[in-house]
Amino acid sequence: MEAASTTPTGGPGGLHRQRTPRSVGEAAIKALLILAAAISILTTTGIVVALVRDTLPFFEEVGVGEFLFGTKWTPLAGGNQQSFGVLPLIYDTLYLTGIGLLVAVPFGLGSAIYLSEYASARARRLLKPTIEVLAGIPTIVFGYFALTFVTPVILKGLGIEVGTFNALSAGLVLGILVLPTIATVADDALTSVPASLREGAFGLGASRMQVSLRVVFPAALSGVVAAVVLGASRAIGETVIILVASGQTASLTADPTQPMQSMAAFIAATSQADIPTTGKEYATIFVVGTTLFAMTLILNAISIRFVRKYRQVYE
Amino acid sequence: MSVAETTLTRRAVERASRGEEVKGLLFRAALLLSVSVGFITLGVLLVDVAADGGSRLSLDFLTSFPSRISPERSGVESAIVGTLLLMVTTTAFIVPVGVATAVYLEEYADRDRWWNRLIEVNIQNLAAVPSVVYGILGLAFIVRDPLALGPVVLAGALTLGLLVLPVVIVVSREAIRAVPSSVREGSIALGATHWQTIWKHTLPGALPGIATGVILALSRAIGETAPLIVIGAAAFTRFNPDDVTSDQFTALPLTILRFVTDADSEFKLLGAAAILVLLAILIVMNAGAVYLRNRYEQKW
Repeated sequence: MEAASTTPTGGPGGLHRQRTPRSVGEAAIKALLILAAAISILTTTGIVVALVRDTLPFFEEVGVGEFLFGTKWTPLAGGNQQSFGVLPLIYDTLYLTGIGLLVAVPFGLGSAIYLSEYASARARRLLKPTIEVLAGIPTIVFGYFALTFVTPVILKGLGIEVGTFNALSAGLVLGILVLPTIATVADDALTSVPASLREGAFGLGASRMQVSLRVVFPAALSGVVAAVVLGASRAIGETVIILVASGQTASLTADPTQPMQSMAAFIAATSQADIPTTGKEYATIFVVGTTLFAMTLILNAISIRFVRKYRQVYE
Repeated sequence: MSVAETTLTRRAVERASRGEEVKGLLFRAALLLSVSVGFITLGVLLVDVAADGGSRLSLDFLTSFPSRISPERSGVESAIVGTLLLMVTTTAFIVPVGVATAVYLEEYADRDRWWNRLIEVNIQNLAAVPSVVYGILGLAFIVRDPLALGPVVLAGALTLGLLVLPVVIVVSREAIRAVPSSVREGSIALGATHWQTIWKHTLPGALPGIATGVILALSRAIGETAPLIVIGAAAFTRFNPDDVTSDQFTALPLTILRFVTDADSEFKLLGAAAILVLLAILIVMNAGAVYLRNRYEQKW
């Protein structure tokens, strides 16, 4: 250490920075911090490697075409019944997400408009955190709610004929799960629209509804779209609600009272199943994981694009 | 314009504005309905869980191990211990790594460099990766080679830690950014080094914000079920894990899932009781976050 402090690294002019213990320590700390930041890159790399490593051998046994376009997904069935067509799984995932969005988009955007355009400052301070509480409830709780309340009490109470496991109940609760995401992100977008736009419209005699729907909403549209895409991406990746309330069969049915299985729920169910970890049956965890990862990545890229767009305009 | 014409126009205008008024009222009602959907569901959900699980909640329930056959003697002790141990271990991982990353990005990184931008975009993307995919990551690299930990508490904590790191990083960055630059400049002017300034001034100033972020991240981690299923953590254990690196473990969400998916409705009620335990822990954590924010938040 002493040697370092007494040996100048600069030339005779002495204008160069010296390597003091202090500067060595500072550099070491910086290196440690970079190392920590690199963990996030390592995480992404790890995810991609983990997924791809077990996906490639799978396609040596099952054709890509059979996987992508096959209409029967029964990987754990024996003999002739076994089939690796992923379409039902993707279809069910999107179907469940669709039911969820039918709930979450109107009510989520309605909540956002109310919060940003109608609620008083005090009401807003009270309402927004409560909506965020809804977002903090563990999904297993929603799963319990779908299985033991929505299906037997609400759906059967309304006279809808559903089994214990059905897509409708899981989808509706999925909508409640992503409602706060859509509401809060859309609210951020709406409130970032400059007040001058509203004032201009009010000055021209527009009503509050006209200002909300024809001025503020279109001005914040890209942020609103980002909110919906983000909500969709959360719904696509949700596991437990579907695992608990929607059953374990993937099928190409248009009937929401039937059981359905999403990609994430399949991964969880198969991890729990008692199967050898070497076969192509087990590899489906990684193959379906890859498909799911790719879908959410694309949705997230779209959402980031839209968010950037509205930031550029108003911030 | 004749008198008759004027009254006609006025009537038309009045009729139109009355129409607008009705539309406005209906719109307002629709918005209120939207907001109440979230609140009503929240209320019904809590009442439903409390009604189902309340009667099953007892000291015996908290201090017994789960049983596969007898709901009367089943409890959640191992799940509570597992969850708490999991959270402590996760904290030990996410605090240093998350804060270090936030410090690097806010205080050192040159945003014009492509690798720094890459780290930022990457963190944004990681936040959107489904939790079940983190389970696959944990299974592939933490439970198996190269770390080869097996399905132990440490493996669960690292997996959940990676999952919630983006939350810690984003919130910590905001907290660090909120410390005014005058504080840093004052310190540098008095001869402190860059790191001394960060350690003695910036980080202490950002601490309440960082603590809030960590609690937020933990309240997300504590309810995660999917990654723990995938890494192969147990649904039930009849012992408490006393070592984070060697014992099998279970956690509240896993035991809840096991109870809830049991065909016996008695077990489902135990699931509701276990949910109440989980929610109680969550409420305590969030109350802690609110307290920290109100008690220590600095206005610069």
